Amino acid sequence: MVTTATHAHEIVARVVDPEIPVLTIEDLGVLRGVDQVGETVVVTITPTYSGCPAMGQIEDDITRALNRNGYTDIRIDVVYQPAWTTEWMSEEARSKLEDFGIAPPTAPSDIRCPKCREGESRLIAQFGSTACKALMVCSVCGDPFDYFKEH
Amino acid sequence: MSETVVSGAPQGMPLPQADTASAMLLGHADDNLVLAHRLGEWISKAPELELDIALGNIGLDHLGVARALYQHLGKTEYKTENEYAMGRTDREFRNLLLLEQPNGDFAHTIARQFFVDCYQLQLWPDLTRSGDEVVAGIAAKALKEAEYHYRFSHGWMLRMAGGTEESRERAQAALDHLWRFTGEIFDGSAASYREGWDGLVDDMLGETGLAKSEDPYQKTGGRVGYHTEHLGYLLTEMQWMQRTYPGLEW
Repeated sequence: MVTTATHAHEIVARVVDPEIPVLTIEDLGVLRGVDQVGETVVVTITPTYSGCPAMGQIEDDITRALNRNGYTDIRIDVVYQPAWTTEWMSEEARSKLEDFGIAPPTAPSDIRCPKCREGESRLIAQFGSTACKALMVCSVCGDPFDYFKEH
Repeated sequence: MSETVVSGAPQGMPLPQADTASAMLLGHADDNLVLAHRLGEWISKAPELELDIALGNIGLDHLGVARALYQHLGKTEYKTENEYAMGRTDREFRNLLLLEQPNGDFAHTIARQFFVDCYQLQLWPDLTRSGDEVVAGIAAKALKEAEYHYRFSHGWMLRMAGGTEESRERAQAALDHLWRFTGEIFDGSAASYREGWDGLVDDMLGETGLAKSEDPYQKTGGRVGYHTEHLGYLLTEMQWMQRTYPGLEW
């Protein structure tokens, strides 16, 4: 028998990150848990960065996904402890990220270009298009690319 | 070493309590909000696109920390984060004077950020040991971000000092001007952060050959609500929408 919490978890786990739509919030480690407290579905999430502007959107998307599946009594808790880390990102998530054109989090010396997959690159900008990325350029193919910062 | 001259609250006026746990948290929240607003003022005006994005990103991190702290405080004080940010006057803000100082030129913004980053690299590790686990969690997250901010501000201090004669002069002028607002960081229970902060600042001065200001004047008062004139203008702009349309939501 599938419990409410398990069913709700399956739904929430499919919500994607609005900035990086190849990854779900579960892939990213943003989703920390889905529980049932009385009649309420309690979703616990943690931000990647304190000021990540996608958090509001993620909360709305979780609510909408649950609503569509008949859940109306929902609470979303944002927790800060333990602090989010890129270590929570699965191998599968990392390869999805690379296929999407973003170098996955790794030690700066191991960064490789997601296009030509060569390892020589340099930093253009420490802060990229979102809080979680930096901008690199490949020294082999010359293309710029996003790097998901190790955090 | 000459004696430090301190100027702050007018003589004889009663000082609001500044050292309770919630007053200190409010001070940290206000620090991050006010600095976030200042950094936001650079959007569309920074010297390069990459710097525009960097300053905006750093500002967002500070804003996130401020929001988390206001939300946490609000649970016991029955207030919303908007009431803290948009509903208080300058005398009710508890941020350090350093953070409300105008952006000035790029060197001033970077020097202010450098001083703040060196401070927050002392503050957040300390607060990760807080008995309040929410505060400890916010601090653990903020610490990782502060380390990244420090790499940026420290890198730019080196670049400005080693760049042109003009950039070096401006970096020195910024350090000299903002020095008077740094003593306040270590008031009261924050005194223990002084050693670590001094170490990071002295390292940077050693690397760049820039000089520490010899001006003994130190301005204080932010933690008890006595601010420089700049905060009023900042709040006027930041709070305009809520003052005009109270309770407005998107």
